[in-house]
Amino acid sequence: MQARWGSHGHYEIIALSPSSPQEMFDFTIRAFNLSEYYRLPVILLADETIGHMNERVVIPQEEDIEIVNRRKPTVSREDYLPYEADADGIAPMANCGDGYRIHVTGLTHDDRGYPAMDAKAQEKMISRLVDKIRKNRDKIIRTQNLYLDDAEVVVVSYGISARSAMQAVRDARNEGIKAGLIKLDTVWPFPEELIRSVAPRTRAMIMAEINGGQMALELERSAGGACPVSLVSNLGGKILHPGLILNAVAKAATEKP
Amino acid sequence: MTTAKAVKNVPPHPMDGLLRTERIPHIWCPGCGIGTVFSAVLAAIKNTGWDPNTIAMVSGIGCTGRMAGYIRLDSFHTTHGRALPFATGLKLAKPDTKVIIVSGDGDLFAIGGNHFIHAARRNMDMTVVCVNNFNYGMTGGQQAPSTPLGAKTTTTVNGSPEEPFNLCDLAATCGATYVARWTAMQVRSLRSSISEALEKRGFSFVEVITPCPSSFGRRNRMGTALEMMKFYQGRSVIRSDIDPSEAVVDIDREIVVGKFVDIERPTFMDHYEKVNRLNLPQWRAMHPDHQKGR
Repeated sequence: MQARWGSHGHYEIIALSPSSPQEMFDFTIRAFNLSEYYRLPVILLADETIGHMNERVVIPQEEDIEIVNRRKPTVSREDYLPYEADADGIAPMANCGDGYRIHVTGLTHDDRGYPAMDAKAQEKMISRLVDKIRKNRDKIIRTQNLYLDDAEVVVVSYGISARSAMQAVRDARNEGIKAGLIKLDTVWPFPEELIRSVAPRTRAMIMAEINGGQMALELERSAGGACPVSLVSNLGGKILHPGLILNAVAKAATEKP
Repeated sequence: MTTAKAVKNVPPHPMDGLLRTERIPHIWCPGCGIGTVFSAVLAAIKNTGWDPNTIAMVSGIGCTGRMAGYIRLDSFHTTHGRALPFATGLKLAKPDTKVIIVSGDGDLFAIGGNHFIHAARRNMDMTVVCVNNFNYGMTGGQQAPSTPLGAKTTTTVNGSPEEPFNLCDLAATCGATYVARWTAMQVRSLRSSISEALEKRGFSFVEVITPCPSSFGRRNRMGTALEMMKFYQGRSVIRSDIDPSEAVVDIDREIVVGKFVDIERPTFMDHYEKVNRLNLPQWRAMHPDHQKGR
C-alpha cells in the first residue's frame, strides 16, 4: 500500500483542482478556509497548463472575501485536550504562545497529544481523522455541472481537461447530442454519491484526463456498473483536444446500451 | 523503550514546573547522555527568567527528538530532519517567540542537513542544541554523518570509511553567531554555554558529545556509560576562540571543546524589516536617511 498509494495507513485528504487562473485565486482562499476549519492540510494542485496560463483574474474587495478561521479552545489550560473533538469530529486548536503549552507529535497520539502506540489509540485517532472528512463530504465536495438534467452521455473531468470537456459538451449539444458535464472542483473526496445518482439514468460516462486513466478508476467504481465508463486521455505534453472528447461522446451516444 | 508508569513517593524536582511530569519516566536508555543535556537545557531556560508561554521547543525525530515531549512548553516533535524549517515558520509567524531546537546529529545534519545550512546562513534568531552521539541510536546504531572515521556501527561493521562532518566548523562557516561544543560530562560549561546561546541574537549552536552506551559504545567496546562519559571528557581539550576548522573531534586523539564563535550579525528579521517594511511610517521615522523607493 505504501508503494502504490504513498501510505500503508488510512487517511482522507481534501484536494482542489483549478481549471483557470481565476479558480487558482478562488480555490486558494477556499483551500485555506477548509484547512482552518477541518484542521487538515488541504492540497491545491494545478496542471502545468494552468500554472503557465495568463488570463484575467477578478480580485474581489477584501470585505467580500469569506475567511474561515480555526476554532479556538474555550476551556482553561488545565481542561484543554488539543485532540478532543467536538461533535462534528473537529478539535478546537490553540496556537503556539496562547498559554496552553500544547505538544504536537507525528506519532500516534492520545487526546492530550502525547504519543500512544497501542491499537486502541491508533483506532481512535485514525477514525477521528478519517471521519471528520467522510462525515462532512457534502460540505466539502463541489462540482460544476452542465446540462446534467437530461444528459444521456456525461463527461467527468477536472483541471485543464475540464475546459476541453466543456467545449466538447457544448459542441455535442449543438449537434443535437444530449451531453452533460461534471467538472470536479474538489477531486478528493471524490463525489461518489453524485456519480451513483447520475449513472443509472445515463447511457455512458466518460472520464477525460491527462494520464493513463487514474480518476477513471474512481468513476468506474462509483458508477458501480450502472452504465459503461470509458476514458479519453493522453499521456501528457499537450492538452486534450475537445474534438477527441466530442468523438468519444458521439460514439457513446450512438452505441447500443 | 520502557512503558511509562506513575512513579510514586518521589519528592518534587526543582525543574518539575518545566516538565510534563505525567510523561516521566522517559524512554531513554540507562546511561544515555541525553538526560544530562536535557537537564542543562532546562536549567538554562529557567536561568533566562523568560515567561514560559513565550518559549517554544522544536525537535526532529530520534532519541533527542523525544525531548520536546517531556518539556512543559509549547513543544513540537516534528518530522525527520524538519525541526529547523518548522522552527523557521514558527519564528516568522511569531517573531517574539523564543525558539529552541533540540535534535540529534543524524536528524540535524543528514536528513535536515540543508535546512541547517540555510537557517544558519539566514541567521534565523534561534538556538540549536545538537546531541551528537556519533550514530542513529533509536533505529539500532546505524552510521551517521558524525560517525568517526573507522568507528563501527551496524551499517559499517568493519569501521566507517567516511570522514565525518565537523559540526561546529559547519555551523560557523554557514554563519552562526554563536558556536560552542562540550561533552556531556562538562555540565557547568554546557549549562552556561546554552544560557549564552539562548540570550544570543541570531543563530546559536551548541554541540554536545554524548555517550550512547547501548549502540555506539557497545559496538566500539567503550565500556559502561560512566566509562564512556569519562573517556570523552578525558579526550577533551578546552581551546576557546580558536578557528572552528581546527576544533577537531577525533575520539582517538582529542575532542576540542570550548566556545569558538561569538559574533554579532544582523538576523533574518532585521534584513526582512529593512527590505520589506520600508513603507511603514515608523520604520521610515527610524531610518530617515534611507532612500525612498529603494
